[in-house]
Amino acid sequence: MIEVTAARKEYGTLRVVDDVDLRLPIGGVTSIIGPNGAGKSTLVSLISRLTLLDAGTITVHGLDVSRAPSRELARRLSVLRQENHLTARLSVRDLVAFGRYPHSAGRLTVEDERHIAEALAYLDLTELGDRFLDELSGGQRQRAFVAMVLCQDTDYVLLDEPLNNLDLSHAVDMMRLLRRAADELGKAVVLVIHDINFASAYSDHIVAMKNGRVVLQGTPEEVIAPEPLRRVFDLDVQVHELDGRRIAVYYD
Amino acid sequence: MTTAVAVTRPSSAAGAPALGRVALYGAAAGVLLLAGVSLFVGVADVSPARVLAGDPDAWNMLLLSRLPRTVSILLAGSAMAMCGLVMQMLVRNRFVEPSTIGTTESAGLGLLVVTILAPGMPLVVKMLVAAAFALVGTFVFVRILRSLPLRSVVLVPLVGLMLSGIIGAASTYLAYDADLLQTLSAWMTGDFSGVIAGRYELLWIVGVLTVAVYVVGNHFTVAGLGEEFTTNLGLDYRRTLAVGLVIVSLVTAVVVVVVGGLPFLGLVVPNLVSLLMGDHLRRSLPWVAVLGSGFVLTCDLVGRVVRFPYEIPIGVVVGVVGAALFLFLLLRKPARVG
Repeated sequence: MIEVTAARKEYGTLRVVDDVDLRLPIGGVTSIIGPNGAGKSTLVSLISRLTLLDAGTITVHGLDVSRAPSRELARRLSVLRQENHLTARLSVRDLVAFGRYPHSAGRLTVEDERHIAEALAYLDLTELGDRFLDELSGGQRQRAFVAMVLCQDTDYVLLDEPLNNLDLSHAVDMMRLLRRAADELGKAVVLVIHDINFASAYSDHIVAMKNGRVVLQGTPEEVIAPEPLRRVFDLDVQVHELDGRRIAVYYD
Repeated sequence: MTTAVAVTRPSSAAGAPALGRVALYGAAAGVLLLAGVSLFVGVADVSPARVLAGDPDAWNMLLLSRLPRTVSILLAGSAMAMCGLVMQMLVRNRFVEPSTIGTTESAGLGLLVVTILAPGMPLVVKMLVAAAFALVGTFVFVRILRSLPLRSVVLVPLVGLMLSGIIGAASTYLAYDADLLQTLSAWMTGDFSGVIAGRYELLWIVGVLTVAVYVVGNHFTVAGLGEEFTTNLGLDYRRTLAVGLVIVSLVTAVVVVVVGGLPFLGLVVPNLVSLLMGDHLRRSLPWVAVLGSGFVLTCDLVGRVVRFPYEIPIGVVVGVVGAALFLFLLLRKPARVG
């Protein structure tokens, strides 16, 4: 369980995250949606201790992220930000192997090697294992980063806009994969996402943010509806049910 | 069962590294061979035959001058190349090394200051003062980088060069004032001809530090992935950064005090190795060390032979050869400057 209590982050006079309370149970896919500047990415950074809280507390399995040993947190929660520009020239396998760092500090055991092989296979990267990251396409590189955080083998996987820079088919592949990771590996996948129809089709739970606050949350049935979406995006949205999925139409 | 675990490593990882290790041993053997040659190049007549015959003059020359010189080349070459790689990981930019970010210039300034204020100090004290200055200069560089609003690939080395320029200007002014300009210029240009027994032993410190960096190499590779990656993997980024900067400053200061500046070494060697085998430090660092010492050894031999019996300071040779090699690297991979 991730518990966020009265979390706050300010930049100057701007409250980017404004007294947010949130509970994320273990398991399932949770999407965080909302307009630009709503504080979605900052909230993910706060939960994953990449950014320090100004007020409030956040705990992961009871561990306070501001105080608990970083390495212990790294065995429970992994995070992938959207900008991943690497200077170090590493092979795909090397990068994925670093996901085991919190467990073995670089001295890989047989258990670690098994996790690495599984993560590579899971993202269909086994063939590309010895290639350098700067020799890959954007979609392949994104898969390698996701393989690394899966290899970290944490209960929680936080992803900030994992569909960024992916074309449609790669985006669909990525969402299927995250869904599978939640269903088969029992991980709680939390992602920031802009496309509300992807959120609708692949999530168990949707959290909507606006102006630094969580304005509403619930199942896709509850959130993907004209009235809630108008509150979040200030936009008139029609919602249609197609093959059992709720699809928002926001084009004139 | 533990022994069984150790041998059942996955077969996929076995083939290529074994080959790489053979190549590495080969390169190391080549460098040692070159070092052997280096022992017998010089004005004084020290031939293998005279040494084997037990000629006391030849033995004296070998132990007092030739061996210290060769050993210090191996130590300084590998350590400075290693420093370049560590700085590149810590700053996350391929175009930095101690002589382009102010570390070397700061060490020189420190050496100058202690020479003016307390000329009688033992070499160790001078080295420590130089190291303290180098540390401050390097931290200033990193501090400036942190407050840069936009951190482009080109801007980082530019900031370093400007900082080096400012510190160098301060040194020049001080040296001019104290009538030490020639001394300063001699210090900053690397030269192994002054290395004799009793004057190079401090360099063993950099040998120890090179091994230490290899042992904790993974930390620096992780830091090279960036602050957020490092935090995600549960490693303390700031501490890793601080440890790395202290090591780089210490090594640079020792090398400046004992032999002087060796420019380009930390740029050329790590970039070359990175091109061939990437930046996983546990794998690439041995190569960086071997090729770094091989590079300096070759440059030193060239400097000794080209105008025999006179010598060209190695700093000059390293600068010329290094600049040419670096230009070649730049032209080779224009799209991958990040």
